[in-house]
Amino acid sequence: MRLNILLDPFRWLGRTAVDTAAQIGQWGGLGLQTLRGIQRVDIWGRLLLGQLAKIGVDSVPIALFIASFTGVVMALQASYTFTGAVPLYFVGTLVGKTMILELGPVLTGLALSGRVGANIAAELGTMRVTEQIDALETLAYDPVAYLVVPRVLAGLIMVPVVVILATAIGITAGWGTSLYLLDMSTPEFMKGLRLFFDDWDVKFAVIKSLSFGLTITSIGCFFGFTTRGGAEGVGLSTTRAVVVSSMVILVLDAFWAATLL
Amino acid sequence: MSILLKDVHKAFGSNRVLKGFSLEVQPGETLAIVGQSGTGKSVALKHVVGLLRPDSGEVWVDGKNVGDMDLEGLYEVRRNVGYVFQFAALFDSLTIGENVGLGLRRMPELTDEAISRRVRECLALVELEGYESRYPSQLSGGQKKRAGLARAIATRPEYLLYDEPTTGLDPVTTTVIDRLIIRTREELEVTSVVITHDMESAYRVADRVGMLHDGVIRFLGTPDEIQACPDPIVKGFIEGKPELLEGAG
Ligand SMILES: Nc1ncnc2c1ncn2[C@@H]1O[C@H](COP(=O)(O)OP(=O)(O)O)[C@@H](O)[C@H]1O
Ligand SMILES: [Mg+2]
Repeated sequence: MRLNILLDPFRWLGRTAVDTAAQIGQWGGLGLQTLRGIQRVDIWGRLLLGQLAKIGVDSVPIALFIASFTGVVMALQASYTFTGAVPLYFVGTLVGKTMILELGPVLTGLALSGRVGANIAAELGTMRVTEQIDALETLAYDPVAYLVVPRVLAGLIMVPVVVILATAIGITAGWGTSLYLLDMSTPEFMKGLRLFFDDWDVKFAVIKSLSFGLTITSIGCFFGFTTRGGAEGVGLSTTRAVVVSSMVILVLDAFWAATLL
Repeated sequence: MSILLKDVHKAFGSNRVLKGFSLEVQPGETLAIVGQSGTGKSVALKHVVGLLRPDSGEVWVDGKNVGDMDLEGLYEVRRNVGYVFQFAALFDSLTIGENVGLGLRRMPELTDEAISRRVRECLALVELEGYESRYPSQLSGGQKKRAGLARAIATRPEYLLYDEPTTGLDPVTTTVIDRLIIRTREELEVTSVVITHDMESAYRVADRVGMLHDGVIRFLGTPDEIQACPDPIVKGFIEGKPELLEGAG
């Protein structure tokens, strides 16, 4: 009896590991179906534009909001840290490098996993529990081609676009802050910005954003599709979609830094 | 050619739902399946269109084995089967007209003009003329069910499957839907399976009534036959007497 209690955490751990592995397998299965579904342009073609607007355009305000405040804070903190020991134009370097390499993609990715990922999981989850996905199947539609493909494609296209916009706004906000709060001049800021700039940084940010776009939409679709059991199930799927895609984004972030930099 | 399920077994984990379910639907008839809720009526119906696959046993529709068919084959079969869902399952993001026309868009031979004409016809059949541009959230429960029926008949299927078309509706709306089921059958000459737990509805619309109990069809016969059935399980259910059901086990 006593031993059983001691073993419980391990049993829980084992069960969780098995469940997680099974879910990753199912997620991969959905991925294969998505690849097949891409061929059915007749089904998803008309739906892509709407998803581009919903996933991309509608996400711009929140992404810009986050990026601009981050840019301001970055500039202020950089100047506070340097305290005269480092030339002030390095504020431009720090703002530029961190916005492009890290904060632009990651903060946007995390914000969109809340906004877009939750939205997809809730919408598809509701469709699952109200049998709308079954109804699609009975009308001879491949539900993966109809629901998943346009969302994943829209995520792949729009997340990098939103990230680039956010990064640009973040740097602009850092520049404005340097100008008005730090008594720097525009040439000084630009000098710092250019100092360690590398074309590769932008490519790196785009690769990262593509992987985040895929993560957010495919995980949202996965938890939506596998929703069970009414309103409670939809809530659970939504939470899981946000938590899991945020975690995957952070892991991917470290992975890309380790492999590509 | 019609619908045939042969010794179908289906379990979800340890929950064994169908335990050798067999049923043959005659061409042109309307067959009602009754039974307590949670016994697997919807599960059985979903096997007919391959939304669920049997663990063992066979499912035949129109002489084709649906049980182990690939997706393309299933889509062929589904074009010929209309499915009316328990809660209508209309697509919230589409108007009623778009809902009804969605299946028609999968038929390349139909022009946009022909589709919108067909949509109007089907909505007229269920007495929802003029509702094309409304959204499902703007409809009452009974109207939604009728719109769901219009969507199911739009592709002019030979088979219609109804999952509890009248559950949760008031008696008047129930009668309206029952009449629609009868009229649809007369006008489109379809073979239908109607799941219900309303015995009055079953007697009104069906040629034969089957009772699902404990994973199998416990009884199958005409409305007169089922009402005369001495089996306490059947009697207990149709007369609404739980004590008979429990006593028989
Ligand atoms: N997709 C599913 N996954 C797991 N269990 C299911 C699924 N569909 C139905 N069930 C279970 O099968 C049983 C029969 O359900 P159902 O066919 O919906 O009953 P009803 O006769 O009321 O239509 C229930 O216990 C239900 O929980
Ligand atoms: Mg049911």
